Amino acid sequence: MAIEVRIPTILRTYTDGAKQVEGTGSTLGELFTDLEQRHGGLQDRLIEGGGLRRFVNVYLNDEDVRFLDGLDTPVKDGDTVTVLPAVAGGAR
Amino acid sequence: MLRIPRELQAKIVAHARQDHPDEACGVLAGPAGTDRPERFIAMTNAERSPTFYRFDSGEQFRVWQDMDDRGEEPVVIYHSHTATQAYPSRTDISYASEPEAHYVLVSTRDSEATEFRSYRIVDGVVTEEPVTVVE
Repeated sequence: MAIEVRIPTILRTYTDGAKQVEGTGSTLGELFTDLEQRHGGLQDRLIEGGGLRRFVNVYLNDEDVRFLDGLDTPVKDGDTVTVLPAVAGGAR
Repeated sequence: MLRIPRELQAKIVAHARQDHPDEACGVLAGPAGTDRPERFIAMTNAERSPTFYRFDSGEQFRVWQDMDDRGEEPVVIYHSHTATQAYPSRTDISYASEPEAHYVLVSTRDSEATEFRSYRIVDGVVTEEPVTVVE
């Protein structure tokens, strides 16, 4: 079972520069745990306090997983998970 | 240094004026690896706030996907400050996540004059750069 995971530029230090890696799992949370085995430190950039980090967008195919089940979102072979850091900021 | 076509600079300024007093935000896309901003993409500020901006996550996905399909990358990421100077704030710096991009800041705090400045933000370090407007 392979799920394609697209990695944004700033997280490619954890994947030896790869913009795409593969992983397995039945849920997004399991997938991230699986990726951590080969890309140590990546999980901490995605998860905080047991949930997805606030300013990191994760999409299952083309849907933001915040509108699905977050880390409990089911994933399967052939899915594509995309990670994009949120673009945000402000006056302060 | 940021080299920017006059027409694209004008579009950024117009967008910031239009959305004032909310912060405006968007992207100038260009062919990957060229550092040439060519295509103006105004983005929705999902926060709709005078002191914060955030790209709508679904819109960001579609725009990033589209750029990838076209062989483009975000050359400029711009946003406006509506009551403070056109300089990256603490939050601008902490959320800057495209190390190759030019971060353009516009200030609409003065009703007549618009401040337009550009910066690189890499690993939390801000470096201002000159802006060259090209025809």
